[in-house]
Amino acid sequence: MNHTQQTDYLLHLADTTLILSHRNSEWCGHGPVLEQDIALTNIALDLLGQARLFYQYAATLIGDTDEDRLAYLRTEREFKNLLLAEQPNGDWGQTILRQYLFSQYQQLLFESLQTHTDTQLAAIAAKSLKETNYHVRWSSEWVIRLGDGTAESNERMRKALDTLWTFTGEMFTPATYESYTNPDQKHMQEQWTNKVKQVLDEASLPFPNQGFMQLGGKTGTHTEQLGFLLATLQYMQRTYPNATW
Amino acid sequence: MNKEEQKIWSILEQVSDPEIPVLTIHDLGILRKVSWQNNMAEITITPTYNGCPAMDMISANIRLAMAEHGYRNIQIHSQLSPAWTTDWMTESGKEKLKIYGIAPPDRKFSIAKDGVACPHCSSTKTRLLSEFGSTACKALYQCDDCKEPFDYFKCH
Repeated sequence: MNHTQQTDYLLHLADTTLILSHRNSEWCGHGPVLEQDIALTNIALDLLGQARLFYQYAATLIGDTDEDRLAYLRTEREFKNLLLAEQPNGDWGQTILRQYLFSQYQQLLFESLQTHTDTQLAAIAAKSLKETNYHVRWSSEWVIRLGDGTAESNERMRKALDTLWTFTGEMFTPATYESYTNPDQKHMQEQWTNKVKQVLDEASLPFPNQGFMQLGGKTGTHTEQLGFLLATLQYMQRTYPNATW
Repeated sequence: MNKEEQKIWSILEQVSDPEIPVLTIHDLGILRKVSWQNNMAEITITPTYNGCPAMDMISANIRLAMAEHGYRNIQIHSQLSPAWTTDWMTESGKEKLKIYGIAPPDRKFSIAKDGVACPHCSSTKTRLLSEFGSTACKALYQCDDCKEPFDYFKCH
């Protein structure tokens, strides 16, 4: 097993997309209307596809493992996903807002990664960016529709902002292994802030004060939510080791 | 391409997409390269959407088609870059899609919006219902003239 900054970084990308994919998939069959149920599960599928590419690439570098073992047989402390991704779905508004805050970040991240000297990482980023553009468009439209909708939907979006905002700072606080890509986090945060401000403005929602930011997901210190999520996600392999289709 | 590679290409041209069976992998632009060296066929394909569950089945169908023609020694590579685009779809593929009842990708509608021509009655009085349809590659529309709902294969 050969762990490097590069493999840790790839696992961070893979874990974040896998965990958010899983959260979105929990909506399958429960969406408010059929079209939006399908939209969210499509996004879940896109994220799962991205996760597979990152895991497959990481597996070839780590050696003696594969995508399934990386997803199903690592413990909570080994997961490097963003805390934002593991937060519970809450109501439809909270799910939408979580997706928007993340997709807006992922779009900027993939735009910068697509010219990285690691050609496989760059290829995955360029390919995934096409899908992320959809996610940004869809989720930002919904943030505006709900924020600018009724008094109740506006109130719920404000609550969702209160709940999720504390997890947004982590996106721009690099872990040691992120020196592998060395992105300009400050610049990315500025761009992200500008775009999010625009959307929240249009949605009649206040842009929150910076406030205290929760950190730790990138290095394996998670909120209590992840353990429960993994218990479901990994159930089959934990109960019936080496089970195959 | 040498003769053997041409022969393999023509076998693979017949392999259809499991989700939209009127299209072959050649029509979709998934089939990128075929090479034949030391009695081994190397086949390069490119995934459409990252999470598309049809990709594993396409690989299996390629192996099956090759085995039926006596080729056992096969390697299939999945190439990510350059990223697949609907611009690689063949013109005959687009025509087949339309006859099948799916509006083919149209660069005028790179971002899905109202007005994609209805594959049933050709009217452009159509409405976008959802950017996400029955599969990742499609958006859902309804025609205001013939009232039929239809899928639009999105530009990607």
